[in-house]
Amino acid sequence: MQVVYSFGAVGAVMVAAAAGLVIGGSAWIAVVAYAGFAVFLAGFCYRVVQWAAAPVPFRVPTTCGQQTSLPWIKSAALENPSTTSGVLGRMGLEILLFRSLFRNSQAGLHEKRLILSEQKYLWLAALAFHWSMLVILVRHLRLFVEPVPALVVALARIDGFFQLGAPDFYVSDMVLACALAYLLLRRFRDPVVRYISQFSDYFALLALIGIAASGLSMRYVTRVDVVAVKQFALGLAAFHPVRPAALGAMFAVHLTLISVLAAYIPFSKLMHMGGVFLSPTRNLANNNRAKRHVNPWNYPVKTHSYAEWEDDFRAKLKAADIPLEADHATRASAD
Amino acid sequence: MPQELLRIEAKKPGGNWTDPAVQFRKGVFCYSAAAKNVRALDLPNPRDWQPFDADWKLPPDWKRILLEGMKERLEKYRSFRLFMDICVRCGACADKCHFYVGSGDPKNMPVVRAELMRSVYRRYFTLTGRIFGRLAGGRELTEDIVKEWFYYFYQCTECRRCSVFCPYGIDTAEITMIGRELLNLIGCNTNWVLEPAANCFRTGNHLGIQPHGFKDSLEFAADELEEITGIRVDVPINRKGAEILFVMPSADYFAEPHYYTLLGYMMLFHEIGLDFTFSAFASEGGNFGLFSSHELMKRLNAKVYEEAKRLGVKWILGGECGHMWRVLHQYMDTMNGPADFLEEPVSPITGTKFENARSTRMVHICEFTADLIHSGKLRLDASRNDRWRVTYHDSCNPARSMGLLEEPRYIIRNACHRFFEMPENTIREQTFCCGSGAGLGTDENLEMRLRGGFPRANAVKYVQEKHGVNLLACICAIDKATLPTLLEYWAPGVEVGGVHELLGNALVMRGEKPRTTDLRGEPLSAEVTHA
Amino acid sequence: MRDRVPIAIGLLLFVSMVTFPVWHAAYAKTTAVGPRLKLPERQKACVAPVAFMRASHMKLLTDWREGAVRSDRLTYTAYDGKKYRVNLSSTCLGECHTNKKEFCDRCHQYAAVSGPYCWDCHVDPTSVARRTP
Repeated sequence: MQVVYSFGAVGAVMVAAAAGLVIGGSAWIAVVAYAGFAVFLAGFCYRVVQWAAAPVPFRVPTTCGQQTSLPWIKSAALENPSTTSGVLGRMGLEILLFRSLFRNSQAGLHEKRLILSEQKYLWLAALAFHWSMLVILVRHLRLFVEPVPALVVALARIDGFFQLGAPDFYVSDMVLACALAYLLLRRFRDPVVRYISQFSDYFALLALIGIAASGLSMRYVTRVDVVAVKQFALGLAAFHPVRPAALGAMFAVHLTLISVLAAYIPFSKLMHMGGVFLSPTRNLANNNRAKRHVNPWNYPVKTHSYAEWEDDFRAKLKAADIPLEADHATRASAD
Repeated sequence: MPQELLRIEAKKPGGNWTDPAVQFRKGVFCYSAAAKNVRALDLPNPRDWQPFDADWKLPPDWKRILLEGMKERLEKYRSFRLFMDICVRCGACADKCHFYVGSGDPKNMPVVRAELMRSVYRRYFTLTGRIFGRLAGGRELTEDIVKEWFYYFYQCTECRRCSVFCPYGIDTAEITMIGRELLNLIGCNTNWVLEPAANCFRTGNHLGIQPHGFKDSLEFAADELEEITGIRVDVPINRKGAEILFVMPSADYFAEPHYYTLLGYMMLFHEIGLDFTFSAFASEGGNFGLFSSHELMKRLNAKVYEEAKRLGVKWILGGECGHMWRVLHQYMDTMNGPADFLEEPVSPITGTKFENARSTRMVHICEFTADLIHSGKLRLDASRNDRWRVTYHDSCNPARSMGLLEEPRYIIRNACHRFFEMPENTIREQTFCCGSGAGLGTDENLEMRLRGGFPRANAVKYVQEKHGVNLLACICAIDKATLPTLLEYWAPGVEVGGVHELLGNALVMRGEKPRTTDLRGEPLSAEVTHA
Repeated sequence: MRDRVPIAIGLLLFVSMVTFPVWHAAYAKTTAVGPRLKLPERQKACVAPVAFMRASHMKLLTDWREGAVRSDRLTYTAYDGKKYRVNLSSTCLGECHTNKKEFCDRCHQYAAVSGPYCWDCHVDPTSVARRTP
C-alpha cells in the first residue's frame, strides 16, 4: 500500500510539473525551484538547530574495539577513539566510507545452526549511490556557476573518461542508476526490508529515480538546450530569473521533482545527511573515565544516604561488628 | 520445556507492524512490579495488575503523561530526538538482534522496535505526522500501544549490538531506556527490575542482603578459601582509611558460579597485600536502575561515591559485572561526580597509573589484574586450570560501552593453557547477548530468554563441538546467573565461570598448602574431558 | 554542552556550500545573458531549426554519419525543403562554421560541454577557408 501511495505521490508531482508548465510556463518552474530550495534551507537549519538545542547529557559512544587503558595494550584508535583526532577519524570513516554498514552480515538458520555470512551489497550500493550522487551534484555546478570552475570541468572529464557516445557518457550516471535500482528492488524483494519500508522510503527512492531518469533523458535521449538551461539556472542564482527558451516538459519534471524532494528533506528521514554528524554513539570519544562529561540538566535525586542506611541497620551492624559512624543505640531500627 | 516450543525458525515477516496487538503468552514476558516495590522507590501509580490483564489500570491522564514525558525527553536527550529522526530503515540492524533471530518476531528487529516509538513521535511531534498521520508513518497513541511498548521494550536487553551495525549509530538501548522510562511514568514496570532496585535502595544491594548477611557471606568465603589454600584471608568491611574501596555485584557473594569469582578476588587481594575494604553499604556495583530510568540509575549509583568519600579511600576498584560497568564507565562521573575527593588511581603494587580512569577514579578489576600479571607480580600455574577448555564471552556492556576486550583475554591466556575463541562475528564488539540482560533474566520469561540467548549459545556449541570447550568464561554477573540455564538447554556440558575464578585457580599463593582442588572443590589432577 | 559552536560552524559551512552559486553570482555579477556568438556570414539558415540544433546538433551529425557510411545517403533534405550535401567538412565547417573560437567554443565553454571534437579529425575550416578564396 505504501508503495502505491509513493508511486501516486511521485506521479502527482510529475503531473503537477507538466500542468504547471502548461498553465504557468517557465515562471512556474522558477517559483517551484525557489520555494523548494527555501523550504529546504530553512527546514534543514531548523532541524539541525533543534538537535543542537537538545544537550547530550551522557557520553555514550558505542565502542567497536579495544579501549585505551594500559599502555602495552594496543587500543583501537579509530573504532574506539579516546582522542578528538581519533573521533575525527572514526567520523571520517563513517561518513565517507560507511564503516558501520561495511560490518554488515546476514544471519541464516541452517538446521539449528546460526550462520552469519558476509553481506556487502547494501554497503556497496549505498556507497555507490551516495558518491555518484555527490559527483553528479558537483558536476551540476557547471550550470550554476559562470565561468565554470576548473575543478568541475576536471571532474566531468574524469567522469566522462570513456568518451562513449555523444554527449560523453558519464560513469556516475550509470552507477547512480544501478545503485538506485538495487536499493528499490531490495525494498521490493527482501521480505525483511519490505516489512519495514514505509511511504517515506519509497517516496524518496522513487523521487530520486524520477529525477535521475528525467536527467538522463535530457542528456542522452530527449535532449535539452543546455545553454538555455544554464541561462535559466544562472538567472535563478542571481535572483533575476529569466524566461528561457522552451526547455520542455522533461526539464519541468526534473526541476519540480528536485524542488519537491529538497523541500521534503527537512521533514523526512533524508535528514540523516545532517544527523550522521551528530550521532552521540559515534562522535564522542570513549574517554569517559579520563575526562568528566557534564550533564547540563543534572539534578539532585532522592537517595538513601549512608546515615539513613546506618540508622536502618544499626543494631545489626553492631551485632556483626561492622564499624559504625555514629553510635546512637537508642535510634536503632527494628529492622 | 517441550522441544518444539523452542523451534527457532527463520520465517518471513508477515502482517503489518503498525498493528499494535500483542499477546502476553506465558514464558515470553515479565510480571508487573509489585506495588510495594513501586512504593518503596516513590514511583508513580503503584497497584496490582498483570500484563495479561485486559485493564492495566493506567492513570486517567496516562496519554498526557506519556506525551509530556516524551516531549521532555526529546528536549533533554539529543540521542533520543536524533534517533527518532534519522533512521532510513536500511534494515542493516534487523538480523543483528538476538531476540529477532531467536523469536522470528519481526517487531524484534531493532528498526521496528524503534519504530514503535517513532510512529508515536511522528504523530505528535512532527509536522508531517500531525497533518498526514498514518501516511507519514504516524500512529495514534492508544492503550494497545502502551501494551506493545511494554512487551517489546522488555524484550530488548539494551545490548547495543544493533548500534554497532547502524550506519548512523542509532542505539536501540537509548530508545528502550527512554521507552521504559516513559512506561515508568504511568506505573508499568516489571518486578524483576523494581524489586532488586527497591532492595538496593534500602539495603545497598539487589538481593536485599543486610549488613550482617553480607559479612557472613564474605566470612564464609574466607573459611572456604582457608580450606582450599590453607591461608586465612582478611575480610575488611567498612574499614575507614583503606586505600581502595572494592565494589562488586552482589551476586558475587551470593550466587553460583559468581561465588568462585569472589574467591578469586579475595585470594588476589591477599596475595598482593592490597590495602582495601569491602563495603556493606556500597555492597552492590550493579544497578537495576539502569533498566528502569536514568533517575533511578543515579539514585542507586550515588552510594558508590558517597561511601568512597566517607571511608576516605584513594580510589575505587570494581569487580566483574557488565551493566555495572556501563553505569560506572559512562554515567557515574557525570551523574554523581566529580570525584574530587579521590585520587587518581595508581596501582600500589606496580606503581602503574591508570590514566584512563583519572577522572572517574574507578578501575576495572581486569585492568588491575592484567597490569599485575604484565608487571610479573603474580605467580600463576596455568596447569591448575587444565580441566577447562575455555572460551570467552564478551559481555555486552564491557565490550560495546567500554571496549574492555584484551584485558580479560590477557588474564585468561595467563591463567589457562587452553583458550579458544568463538567465531569472530560473535565476539568482541559483535558479541551476542546472553538474552537475559537489562532485567529480563527472570524465570517467568524463560522461553524468551532461551530464544534470545540462542545466537550466543549457538556459537558456544560451535566451539564445544570443534574444540571440546567446556567452560565459558565471562565478566558479567547477569551472564553468570543466566548463561548456565541457557547452555544447559542449547549446549549441555559447558559450564560458566568468571575470569577471576580462573585466576584464583592458577594463582600460586605464598604459604599455601599443596592444592588438591580448584575453587569449585573439584579435584585438580583429574583431567575431565567432555564430549 | 560545548558543541553548539562546532555545530553552528558546520551548518554555516553546509549552507554556504549549497548556496555557493548564489554567492558566486553576486560576486561575479553573473547575469542570465548567455554567450555571444559570431554567427556565420554566408548563410542565414542552418540545416535544421535553431532550437533543434542547439540541443541536438550532435545527434544530427551522428545520423548523417550513419546514413552516409551505412546507407549511402549523401543528400539531406532540410525541414524547409532545401537540400544539403551530407558532409561535415565542407557543408558545416567549410560553408558556415569556420570560426570555432567564436562560435562553437562559446557555448561549449559556457556550459562546460566536452568537445567539440570535430577538428580532431576533420580539416581545420580556417585553413579550408583560406585555400578556397
